[in-house]
Amino acid sequence: MAVDLTAAVLVLGLVMYSVLGGADYGAGFWDLTAGGARRGARVRGMLKRSMSPVWEANHVWLIFVLVVFWTGFPNAFGPVMETLYVPLFGAAVGIILRGTAFALRGEAATIGEARLLGAAFALSSAIVPFFLGATIGAVASGQVSVPADPDSPFSSWTNSTSLYIGALAVATGAYLAAVFVAADSVRAGLPDMVEAFRRRALGAGVVTGAMAIAGIFIVRDDARDLYDGLTSGLGLAVVIGSAIAGLVTIALVWTRRFGIARFTAAAAVGAILVGLMIALSPDFLPGQMTLDEAAADNATLVALLVAAVIAVAILIPSLGYLYKLVLTGRLDQEFHPIGASDPETRR
Amino acid sequence: MPIDWLPLADAFTQVDQPYLLEARQMQALSLGVHIPLVCFGVAFPAMVLFMEGLYRRTGNVVYRQIAKRWSKVMLILFAVGVVTGTILSFELGLLWPKFMSEFGEVFGVAFALEGLSFFIEAIFITIYVYGWDRLSDRAHFLVGIPIVISGVTGSFLVISVNGWMNNPTGFDIVNNEVTNVRPLEALFNDYFWHEFFHMYVAGFIVAAFLVAGVYAYAWLKGRRDHYHRAALIVPLTVACIAAPVQLLMGDWAGRSVAEDQPVKLAAFEGLEQTEEGADFNIGGIYYDGENHGGITIPDMLSLLADHDPSATVQGLDSVPESDRPPVAVVRNAFSVMVFIGSGLALLAAIYLLTWFRKARLPRSKWFYRVVVIAGPAAVVALIAGWITTEVGRQPWIVYETMKTTEAVTGAEGIPIGYATLAIVYLGLGSVVFWLLRRLARQPLERELPVEAEVAR
Ligand code: HDD
Ligand code: HEM
Ligand code: HEM
Repeated sequence: MAVDLTAAVLVLGLVMYSVLGGADYGAGFWDLTAGGARRGARVRGMLKRSMSPVWEANHVWLIFVLVVFWTGFPNAFGPVMETLYVPLFGAAVGIILRGTAFALRGEAATIGEARLLGAAFALSSAIVPFFLGATIGAVASGQVSVPADPDSPFSSWTNSTSLYIGALAVATGAYLAAVFVAADSVRAGLPDMVEAFRRRALGAGVVTGAMAIAGIFIVRDDARDLYDGLTSGLGLAVVIGSAIAGLVTIALVWTRRFGIARFTAAAAVGAILVGLMIALSPDFLPGQMTLDEAAADNATLVALLVAAVIAVAILIPSLGYLYKLVLTGRLDQEFHPIGASDPETRR
Repeated sequence: MPIDWLPLADAFTQVDQPYLLEARQMQALSLGVHIPLVCFGVAFPAMVLFMEGLYRRTGNVVYRQIAKRWSKVMLILFAVGVVTGTILSFELGLLWPKFMSEFGEVFGVAFALEGLSFFIEAIFITIYVYGWDRLSDRAHFLVGIPIVISGVTGSFLVISVNGWMNNPTGFDIVNNEVTNVRPLEALFNDYFWHEFFHMYVAGFIVAAFLVAGVYAYAWLKGRRDHYHRAALIVPLTVACIAAPVQLLMGDWAGRSVAEDQPVKLAAFEGLEQTEEGADFNIGGIYYDGENHGGITIPDMLSLLADHDPSATVQGLDSVPESDRPPVAVVRNAFSVMVFIGSGLALLAAIYLLTWFRKARLPRSKWFYRVVVIAGPAAVVALIAGWITTEVGRQPWIVYETMKTTEAVTGAEGIPIGYATLAIVYLGLGSVVFWLLRRLARQPLERELPVEAEVAR
């Protein structure tokens, strides 16, 4: 019982990070594709504005996932780390570049600096979700053996399922970011930005949907038992739920109801991860280690669940207060196009 | 005393890893970058909030300007602290997977609560810095309080993990399996208390002296208006209270080490043989087997360790050669820490005496020149302190239970990872330093216009 609850806490953390952290990475993706300094200035300014107050809080969910993973399922943590160290180290380096480039971007004084930091931020924003997605894909498609085989640094995550889920992570991040920033643009009263991000949200929604369909064939050929899990029983139900949420979101974005679209888009992305977990269980590392074998001593699981309850009890009001301030615009920065005319004059 | 199951020490198997040294250095590099930032995470919020409190009590806008500028620096340092802390979490898994998979369940809960503390710190620091002119003065001040509290609990919990590594409790090893885990007992290991207080005071010493150093430099350049005077006095006073206290904390730490990790104490002193009435030598540099230079005080080590000049002090010969830490590194790191610690306490004494006897700041330029270098010296003491603890614990990763060689990953590519991280951190460090310097040079009015806007 404690094992399943701990697994649920792990997946909840993963969902929160994929939605909140994922949207921040998506903002980096749109920054990368916003075009030249002059043409992309307004889009970049809007991206920075809607993201700046929240990125640290979103990032911390990743730490929460790592800690729950090594505390709750230590026996699986070792082999995963000893097999998938290349994508994980790649993600770690990407996080350094991204966090620093972003934290210091507000301080950039010349266009050259803003563009340099912007490029480092945007590039690393695509690398990190890809590597983390590939890691999840590798675990789900049974690439991790027990005891770990440290001599497969690259082959362990370059099978088609891992690469596919890495790409899907980048796409869903972009999709979420476009929907979230479109909603922020409405609040900021910038109609041209609303249209710009509405177009991007629709485009990303269609691409993500197409990738989801293509994924069915990729996973069927590459990871048969994962495919069976995803296409039967509860796993299938959750996958269908995700597809429906995706379609509803596209309809909401089309009709400019971005407020609700935020939640349906988040549900669509979160459901993919829940579907993966259901498809995998009762295994953690398919064919190698079940959830129970991976799990820690019961005393630890109970202590971890108590800590998680304390965390939720404290985080809900704190995050609620932060998001209330953010969503009502109380913490909004002034809107400054970045990199076009004179450098952004920070207040 | 740690549970002595030395015969069971071979419960784990050696990993054949040619690059163990590089793995340890990579871990040391990441922690050496993270920890000075962490001192700001631990101590700076309290100083910023104190400044805002001064403003609320006196209504003098200068204090608000200082608090606002410091809070911007606090946010940048916190953001980089979070990023470097994240690297540490990745590295614990990437470099020491066997340590994590064997003992992750024993100390993991402390990290879960640490993650929660930094989550709260991340949320409220965001509201505090972005909410300067958006929240009412009272609400803004109240938002600062959770930052200070979570900075304390965060470091409290992470230090408890390191304390546990030096003094492992809360689990048993039955036929090579870690079982009967008692997470709370592991969290509140008895080694935890001195490490926490010693590190917490160190955090204040480092952050306060570094900030005071910036304004002491400005003071030497003749900038002595109300802003610079206030921005100098607050951190300098905090630092000069913390420095003497650190001597007590250090002594407490020394006695705990003498009691629970006698071999580490022997390494501090380079004491080869177990002897009664061991001498204590101050200073000097330790190389090829013995201490050169420095002053020797007979029986002092026994006095310090057990408050009895003739007490026997365990020497390095009490454990086989393979179980001894690298004495030169530990001995030199320990004396650097103690030397700087004593110097800072002396500087603090001068400052405090001048205030009490003459109710003014010291006048001599030399005092301010020393304050300017006191910050960097405190960082050196900080890193030396951690090297003392961590290298002094070698060859164990979990004292007398698991050796570092049994914890390291079998994966290759460690030198590539190490080189990449070094290059990335070099770039990160120079960019942060360069931009912070420019933030410091921005004219003060930059903090003003917005208040005027709100005051309407
Ligand atoms: C997980 C808890 C943990 C905590 C709180 C710390 N460390 Fe540690 N440290 C380790 C976990 C660890 C480690 C991962 O377990 C290492 C690597 C191998 C070893 O022996 O311990 C280590 C090694 C290690 C080394 C390499 C020395 C050697 O292995 O020869 C240094 C210099 C430090 N650490 C420094 C620090 C500093 C400056 C810290 C400041 C907070 C610190 N440690 C806290
Ligand atoms: C191996 C050792 C360590 C690990 C794995 C580690 C892990 C972390 C992580 C993951 C974060 C980011 C949390 C977030 O996202 O907000 C962090 C930040 C922080 N850590 Fe560490 N930490 C270590 C050592 C320490 C120590 C010894 C202290 C003692 C004071 C400390 C104090 C802090 C503080 C204050 C922060 C907040 C960020 C900042 O203020 O700069 N950490 N640490
Ligand atoms: C002045 C006299 C000092 C003495 C006698 C002293 C003594 C010690 C001892 C014995 C340890 C090892 C504790 C252990 O292994 O658990 C230690 C650790 C440490 N020291 Fe000091 N110290 C002094 C000053 C300082 C100063 C000035 C700083 C920083 C500004 C500092 C920072 C540290 C740190 C960060 C650690 C590692 C964390 C810990 O183990 O608590 N120390 N010190």
